[in-house]
Amino acid sequence: MSSDDPIAAFLVEASDVLDAVESALLDLNERLDDMAVINAVFRGLHTVKGSGAMFGFDALANFTHHCETAFDQVRKGQVPATGPLVSVILAACDHMRRLLHGEAKDDAGATLLAQLETEMAKATGAPKGETAPVPQPAGGGWHLRFRIAPDAMARGINPLALLAELAELGPCQVTALLDAIPPLPDLDPAHCHIGWDITLTGAVSREAIEDVFLFVLDDMELELTALEPADAAPQASADHGEPDPDPRTEQTRTAPVETVRVPADRLDAVMNRVGELVIAQSRLSQIASSNENIALRSVSEEIERLSGELRTTMMVLRMVPVAQLFGRFRRLVHDLAGETGKDINLEIEGEGTEVDKTVVERLFDPLVHLVRNSCDHGLEDAEARRAAGKSPTGTVRLAACQSGGQVVITITDDGRGIDIDRVRARAEANGLIEPGAPIPDHDLIQFIFHPGFSTATKVTSLSGRGVGMDVVKRTIEALRGTIEIASQPGHGSTISLRIPLTLAIIEGLLVRVGSGRYVLPLAAVEECLELSTADDTRSQGRSLITLRERLVPFVRLRDLFAVSEPADPFQKIVVVASGSSRVGLVVDQIIGSHQTVIKSMSPLQKGAAAFAGATILGDGTVALILDIGHLLAAAGGREDRLRAVG
Amino acid sequence: MADNTTIGWAEDGTLEVLTFDVHGETLAIEAGLVREILDPLPETMVHGAHPLVASVINFRGAVIPLANLHVAFGLQRDTLSADARVVVLELELGGETLHLAIGTDRVNEVTTLRQADAEPPPALGVRWPRGLLRALVRRGGDVVLIPDLVMIFDQIAGRAGETAAAA
Repeated sequence: MSSDDPIAAFLVEASDVLDAVESALLDLNERLDDMAVINAVFRGLHTVKGSGAMFGFDALANFTHHCETAFDQVRKGQVPATGPLVSVILAACDHMRRLLHGEAKDDAGATLLAQLETEMAKATGAPKGETAPVPQPAGGGWHLRFRIAPDAMARGINPLALLAELAELGPCQVTALLDAIPPLPDLDPAHCHIGWDITLTGAVSREAIEDVFLFVLDDMELELTALEPADAAPQASADHGEPDPDPRTEQTRTAPVETVRVPADRLDAVMNRVGELVIAQSRLSQIASSNENIALRSVSEEIERLSGELRTTMMVLRMVPVAQLFGRFRRLVHDLAGETGKDINLEIEGEGTEVDKTVVERLFDPLVHLVRNSCDHGLEDAEARRAAGKSPTGTVRLAACQSGGQVVITITDDGRGIDIDRVRARAEANGLIEPGAPIPDHDLIQFIFHPGFSTATKVTSLSGRGVGMDVVKRTIEALRGTIEIASQPGHGSTISLRIPLTLAIIEGLLVRVGSGRYVLPLAAVEECLELSTADDTRSQGRSLITLRERLVPFVRLRDLFAVSEPADPFQKIVVVASGSSRVGLVVDQIIGSHQTVIKSMSPLQKGAAAFAGATILGDGTVALILDIGHLLAAAGGREDRLRAVG
Repeated sequence: MADNTTIGWAEDGTLEVLTFDVHGETLAIEAGLVREILDPLPETMVHGAHPLVASVINFRGAVIPLANLHVAFGLQRDTLSADARVVVLELELGGETLHLAIGTDRVNEVTTLRQADAEPPPALGVRWPRGLLRALVRRGGDVVLIPDLVMIFDQIAGRAGETAAAA
């Protein structure tokens, strides 16, 4: 899809606006009388309606129009916002999304609108919250001073229309503020350089004036003071009860950080160019170091530094804050609270932590599963919680923090915890452990990630939606991460995920086999040792070494890759592990650790299952990254055969 | 360039191609597919991959397979001559755009072939498997072969799994 396509751009933008509306609605649910949030929702709906109509999404515009009209009554304080009302509008947002993608059912919209009407009627009857906005006209009028953003006219905002709207509210005395007009050579005729100073007389409420500026409020300067002092204090609303100018509008708002939407493949292209640059640079520095020319050396060092910085910057470009991910859980928990009838409070921490975009996308499903588990099975219902002496509202906490090259995400609930005895019973029944085996609780509890373990018993807090904890574990491991659970009976459970910050780079151990160089993911490497001559010669019959009282099978990579060059006299073994299985890989030389950018293999070479990818070394040649899982499986088959024989 | 299995002759019955030699035969591929012509680069063997694409090279920071057309046509690979070049192509396979390098013994020129000179591959008389060719074109006293790259590489994309299992 081309980014020039206005419809595509609209779809992206409308989705963003709906996300923002949803997020604002969830905020509203917590603070039912927050006018700023109500305005944000209203503005969002208005935008969806307007641009929807502009791009020919008539059904969407029509449906949104009804929602907007209904919500306008909330905004004007005629109907108070209520929890159920927010829920209906949330559902309406979902419907708008479906309309946007043309997958809505015909009657769904009508049903939702009927629901909306019912809730509106109920809400009207409901007692108004004491802080619900009560329009209070200021008797004497207002003094306004405003400037719109210089480029506002380019965005279709007409200051004359604003002035006309103000004039409708009451008699205005308007003075233009010409002090900001630049000298003629610097004057950009497309910009608005004029501000206005207005004295508006008559009984007009602050809301009415702010309404005029509703769609420009975000980036304008507006000073608003009531003409009559003290007793005409215009605001009954709790958050700004002072007659002073509204703190939100008094100061120019800090401009939001500008962002640019870039297709991911363009980023990848830049990334490749940078990779090339780094390689060319390392060739240059090789030449420079063998050259006497001082000037050449200093330029080479300069380029080395620059390309290093460029590479670091590039890595950061792909990073997005986990807030993007966590934000989606507010809605999920809101819905789950409704489904389960529990009071659930979602706490979010460390939203600013940044992770590679691909990681964020692939974390969503496992996290949904884990959060669902916590809400469904971890948290007790209000009564049980009261009986246990806890607050009736359950808390689920999602937290993220960075620790070295990894990001740690924890999901904590203060529910009933996991019943260790039942996990043990289950593990024994499945033959995973010997009956009565002395296994610490902490290790025992990890068995809930074992395939086929979970479904049978509720105590393993499985939500029963077709995905087991083993699938969650596998997904996390595919991201080269780990998952761990800790639980305290009666006090809740904590699940910790440790995920690498990026999928694009790994720490690798570079080894040589014959003339070929290979990279082993360092995370999988347990230790390196020399293959003793005794083991080497004896191994003609069996390929096993004894490592701390345990037999570890080993694989000669030179056999596996059919290397014809003669082997080095002292062979090395790199022991790699994944989970509980280990295998030693025999190599000719261990070159050292190496940070590598992972490149995927071409689909034409998918037959080469021993390799997880490739990387480019400093000298420009390609080294292949070994797939540990595949090697273990290959060695595992061998080990089983050995067991059968022995 | 959506369909490579047929030849996209221009309206005036011509086709602009790059010609190169592989084991004494002259082959031609559409010039529009060619991304770059490079001196031989260090190759990294990929154990377990189909012999036709047995190695990879570093093409401007991307790792791309290096194909050996000798293998596809059942020929021995010559030792690299001083004229050997690598031709990097952009090929559409199964809806995906792939970069792919082809090892050649020598790159000749970009030239124009005429549809009038083209003939379907004959059943006899050519060393190359008939199914892997799209056409033979007479040019001067010589014959230029237009290989069916999509057919050749589709085959291994599909067969790659079997090869690994057999190995």
